[in-house]
Amino acid sequence: MKMEQFYYDNKIVKKFIYATILFGVVGMAVGLLLATMFLFPNLTDGISWLSFGRLRPLHTNAVIFAFVGNAFFAGMYYSMQRLLKARMYSDFLSNLHFWGWQLIIVAAAITLPMGFTSSKEYAELEWPIDIAITIIWVVMGINMIGTMIKRRERHLYVAIWFYLATFVTIAVLHIFNSLSLPVSFLKSYSVYAGVQDALVQWWYGHNAVAFFLTTPFLGLMYYFVPKAANRPVYSYRLSIIHFWSLIFIYIWAGPHHLLYSALPNWAQNLGVAFSIMLLAPSWGGMINGLLTLRGVWDKVRVEPVLKFFVVAITGYGMATFEGPMLSLKNVNAIAHFTDWIIAHVHVGALAWNGFMAFGMIYWLVPRMTKGKLFSTKLANVHFWLGTLGIIFYALPMYVAGFLQASMWKQFNPDGTLMYGNFLETVTQIIPMYWLRMFGGVLYIAGMLILVYNIYRTLRANEDIVDDFAEAPALVKISKNRLSGEKFHPWLERRPIQLTILATVAILIGGIIQIVPTIMVKSNIPTIAAVKPYTPLELQGRDIYIREGCVGCHSQQVRPFRSEVERYGPQSKAGEYVYDHPFLWGSKRTGPDLMRVGQKYNDNWHFNHMWDPQSISAGSIMPSYKWLFDNEAMDNSDIETKLRVMQKLGVPYTDAEVANARKAMAKQAQGIEDNLHADPDFVKSYENSKKVAAAKGEEFVPMSQREIVALISYLQRLGTDIKVKDNDKK
Amino acid sequence: MFEAIKHNMETIVGVEIYPIISLLIFFIFFVVLGIWVSGYKKEAIEKMSDIPLND
Repeated sequence: MKMEQFYYDNKIVKKFIYATILFGVVGMAVGLLLATMFLFPNLTDGISWLSFGRLRPLHTNAVIFAFVGNAFFAGMYYSMQRLLKARMYSDFLSNLHFWGWQLIIVAAAITLPMGFTSSKEYAELEWPIDIAITIIWVVMGINMIGTMIKRRERHLYVAIWFYLATFVTIAVLHIFNSLSLPVSFLKSYSVYAGVQDALVQWWYGHNAVAFFLTTPFLGLMYYFVPKAANRPVYSYRLSIIHFWSLIFIYIWAGPHHLLYSALPNWAQNLGVAFSIMLLAPSWGGMINGLLTLRGVWDKVRVEPVLKFFVVAITGYGMATFEGPMLSLKNVNAIAHFTDWIIAHVHVGALAWNGFMAFGMIYWLVPRMTKGKLFSTKLANVHFWLGTLGIIFYALPMYVAGFLQASMWKQFNPDGTLMYGNFLETVTQIIPMYWLRMFGGVLYIAGMLILVYNIYRTLRANEDIVDDFAEAPALVKISKNRLSGEKFHPWLERRPIQLTILATVAILIGGIIQIVPTIMVKSNIPTIAAVKPYTPLELQGRDIYIREGCVGCHSQQVRPFRSEVERYGPQSKAGEYVYDHPFLWGSKRTGPDLMRVGQKYNDNWHFNHMWDPQSISAGSIMPSYKWLFDNEAMDNSDIETKLRVMQKLGVPYTDAEVANARKAMAKQAQGIEDNLHADPDFVKSYENSKKVAAAKGEEFVPMSQREIVALISYLQRLGTDIKVKDNDKK
Repeated sequence: MFEAIKHNMETIVGVEIYPIISLLIFFIFFVVLGIWVSGYKKEAIEKMSDIPLND
C-alpha cells in the first residue's frame, strides 16, 4: 500500500494553548476581583469600567469563550488531525479562526467594560461582534468538515462526533438568541420581548452550557484520557449511546431555568423530566471516562495529567448530578437566585473545564516539545492547590445559598418576614464570601504555577514544529452502502450525513421548545394598564442595562408567599410585553426590583446611587458616582431608539417620537423639582454650581444628567399593575 | 405566577398531542439507538476504540 507523507499542524495547537493560558489568567483574575468586591464593594469606586456590573459579564465571557473556548480549539486541532490522519483542511482557515477568535475576545474585553451589552447572559456582546462570531464559527466548521473529507481514516472516531455537534448546535443557538434590531453601531434591542425573550435566552443559556462547555470537552475526554492512560476507552458502544442520547436529550431540558414562570406547566414538567433523564447519559459518559483508567489506577498516583483528568471527570459527574436535582421544582424554589447556582456552575467550570484543560496542557506541551515537563512536582502542587481551591469555592457557596434562601423564606409567628430587610440576609453570609475569595486565590495561584511550569518546559525543550506522519490514502469506495454494510458503519464514514443527522437530533428537542415559545407571544394577555416606557424611562432602562444592574437584581417575583410578602404582587407575563430585552436576572445579590417603583422617593434613589452605604449601612452595593457627572446625558439616539421599538411592535405614536425630547425634559424637570425637597440636596447642588463656575466649566442642570433618567426608570418599575390594583379597591 | 396566561396554552388547538408526540419520538429514538449499538461486531468495536492510540 502506498504511504502518503504529510505533517500535522502543531503551530496552530501551540497558538491556541498560549491563548488558553493567557485568557485563563485574565478570566480568573477578573473573577477574583469580583469575589473581592463582595467584601469591598467600593474597591474600584468611581471607575465606571471597573464596576461590578460591567465586569461580571467580562468574567463569564472570558472564562467561557476565551479560556474554555481556546482550550477546546487547541485540543480539537491536535486530536482531529491525528484521528483523521490528515493535516487540517486549510492553514489559512486555521489561522483565520485563531486570529478572528482572539480579535472577538479583545473586542469583548473592550466593549463590555465600556457598558456595551445586550444584557442577555453569556450573549452580552453587541450585534457587530455577534456577526463576527458567526463568521469565525463558520470558518471553523468549514475547516473541520474539509479535514474530514480529505481524511485517511475511514471511521470517524466518537470525539469527532462531539466536535461536530458542538459546531452545529452553537451556530443554531447563537443566531436565534442574538437576533436584534440595531439602534447604532454598538446598541441594539432584542427582537423578542419579555416572556418570549426569556424563553429564547434560557433555551440558549442552557444549551450553550451543553454545547460549549460540555460536548466539546467530552470529545476531548474521549481522545486525551485514552491517550494519557494508554488504553482504549472503556466501552466504545457506551460512547455511541452517550453521544446520541446526550445531544438528543440535552436540548429539551432548557425550561428548567424558567420554573415558576410563564411557560405552560406541561412544558415546564417536560423540561424537568428530561433534565432527570439527562442524568443517564451524563453519568454513562462519566463512568466511561473513569473506567478507561481500569488497570492503570496506580499511574494516577504518579501522573499529574491523570490526576487532573480524574478530578475533572468527577466534577462533571457531580455537576451533572446536581443539575437534574436543581431542576426539580421544590429544589429550584430554594436554589434559584442564590449562591447555590454560583457553586454549581463553578464546580463545572473549575473542575470539569479547568482541570480537563490543565491536564491536556500538561500532556500536550511536553509531547509537542519532544521532552519532559519541567517539574512534575510543581504540577502536583498545582493539582492540590486547584483541588483545594474548588472545595473552598464551592462549599461556602452551597452554605451561603442554602442559608440565604432559608432566611428569605423565614416567617415570624405573626406572619411577618423574620428577615424583612434584605440586607440582613446578605450580612449573614459575608464570611462565606471571604472563604470563596480564599478558594479563588488558591485556584489562581495554581494557574500561575502552570504558567511558570509551562514556560520553563518550553524553554528547556525543543521548539514546537509540525509533526511528520504517514498513512495510506483512503481507497475510494462507493458513497452508497456496500453490500452487507449496515447503516451505522456507513453513516460513521459519511461526515456530511452524520452532521445532518446530529442536527436533526438537536432540532427535534429544539423545535419542541421553540414552538410554544413562538406561540406564547400571541397568547400573552395584554394588560390595559401596562404602557410603554416614556422616552426618559427608556433612557434610564438603557443605563440600567449598561451598568449591568441585572447581574445582581432580578425583576421577577415568584408566586411564593415569602416573595409576595417581601416584594409585592407576583409578576404577570403581561407586564413585560414592552421589555426588549427582558431583565428578569438570574441572581439576587441585592433584592428584586420588579416592584421597587414608588416604594422610595426620588431623593432616596439619588442618595442611594451616590453612596449606598449612607442609606443602608453594610450594603455591598457599589456606588454609581459617574451617573452624577457634570455632563448631559447622550440623547442623540432617542428618536432612533423609539423608531426601533415601534418596529418591534411597541405602540409609540409618531407624535410621541417627534416630541420625545420635550417629554423627556418635562419628566426630568419634575424629578429635579422633587429632589429640591431635600435641603441637603439643595445645599450640595448650589455648592457644585459654584465649583463648576470656579473651574470655568459649564454647569449641567441635574435634570439633564443620567442619574435622573435612571431614577425615572426605577420609579416606574412595576407601577402599572399597582395602579390597576388600586383602581379595583 | 402568570396565572393569567397559564391556561392560554391549553386552548391552542391540538396542543394535547404534543406530549404524546414527544413520548413517541423519544421512545423510537432509543429503540433505534439500542438496535444500532447492539449490531456492532466485537472486532469492529475494538478497531474503532483503538483509533486514538494508533496515531
